[in-house]
Amino acid sequence: MGKNWLATRWGVIGVGVLIGVMAPLLQYWGNPGNMGVCVACFERDISGALGFHRASVVQYMRPEIIGFVLGSLMAAYLFREYRSRVGSAPIARFVLGVFAMIGALVFLGCPWRAALRLAGGDGNAILGLAGLSFGIWVGTLFLKSGYNLGRVQKTHASVGWLLPLTMLGFLALMLIFPKVPGEAQSGVLFYSQTGPGSMYAPLAVSLAAGLLIGFAAQRSRFCTMGAVRDLILFRQTHLFGGFVALVVFAFITNLVLGQFHPGFADQPVAHTLHLWNFAGMTLAGLAFALAGGCPGRQLFLAGEGDGDAAVFVMGMIVGAGVAHNFGLASSPAGLGPYGAAAVIVGMAVCLFIGFTMRQTGR
Amino acid sequence: MAVTIDARGLSCPQPVLATLKEIKSGSDPEIVILVDTDTSKENVSRAVESQGCTVKAVQSEEEGYKILVTRE
Repeated sequence: MGKNWLATRWGVIGVGVLIGVMAPLLQYWGNPGNMGVCVACFERDISGALGFHRASVVQYMRPEIIGFVLGSLMAAYLFREYRSRVGSAPIARFVLGVFAMIGALVFLGCPWRAALRLAGGDGNAILGLAGLSFGIWVGTLFLKSGYNLGRVQKTHASVGWLLPLTMLGFLALMLIFPKVPGEAQSGVLFYSQTGPGSMYAPLAVSLAAGLLIGFAAQRSRFCTMGAVRDLILFRQTHLFGGFVALVVFAFITNLVLGQFHPGFADQPVAHTLHLWNFAGMTLAGLAFALAGGCPGRQLFLAGEGDGDAAVFVMGMIVGAGVAHNFGLASSPAGLGPYGAAAVIVGMAVCLFIGFTMRQTGR
Repeated sequence: MAVTIDARGLSCPQPVLATLKEIKSGSDPEIVILVDTDTSKENVSRAVESQGCTVKAVQSEEEGYKILVTRE
């Protein structure tokens, strides 16, 4: 007890500071605007790099995501916390991952990006954060009424290795098939020529930042969904301090780097449809709450051996493919043709999961 | 008499929810909570202390931790 400093109040705040400073710096070094480390956006780019969707502006194998999982794995092994476990309704978690991604892509960002957008002056993020909080509040109602996806089982250590190994495979693909200037495809990987997917920090920088954040976040249990959930459910501010620190330090870093541009219109990779910014993040927030973690936290859990979190990650990557192939994802031009319908369907699916998956418990 | 809550294998925030429910509605002077991850151990300990109860001991077990809590 007491030896894990990163899991203390100041430790969580420290990790919020780390992410808050690193994200704008990564933008400064090449990543897209207000998207220094957006987990949803970057998993969507990975989905595109693999050709799961063919939205040519968002295809890049993001080393940050690879780093998050591997950094967490290293921390878990170093501090003897690695524990391979699976079996808490994986298919439900997959479906939640799919709709979490669809909701996030209607808003255009995960909770981290909502915070980063706010810190960059994008007023639309206020609607997104309000929607996120509302979705999580709905999730807490289900938690209070006994919603529970059941227990995990301990399993072979190698089961928990499958997502980290997949990430190592992604990294290997990047090294084997690097971007060829002017070419949209290199071997099996797709690379954006224009748009957010064509903007990235150097590979080594992105990977190092990912590893550092993954390592620290695993130790601190940093979670943005948990931050809001614990505040609503337990009046507890432990994780919330980290979320606030992320916003404050991203704001300061943006000011220093000249990246703060307040307003609603013409913000990077954003639209101004207030209702759908709110509704998209309501769907995402509810899905995160029902799955027990924000997209970043799910990556860190997957790194420490949680196979169900890995299934959620896979759901998000597949969800990105669905979102772009079916015209559900928004763009700076506004909603996708079926984005509104997808949010309504997603809410119905999340409510179905919330209402039907309750246990009285042991 | 101690009541035992088996929160092993349950994901966040179930172990905390189960612990708080017992603290609020139960009457046993001692509560034993079994958890299987360090995260759950930290979360449960923090929640217990926020309710004015005391974590008397945390024992490492083969399958995680055994947290012994006493009411004030």
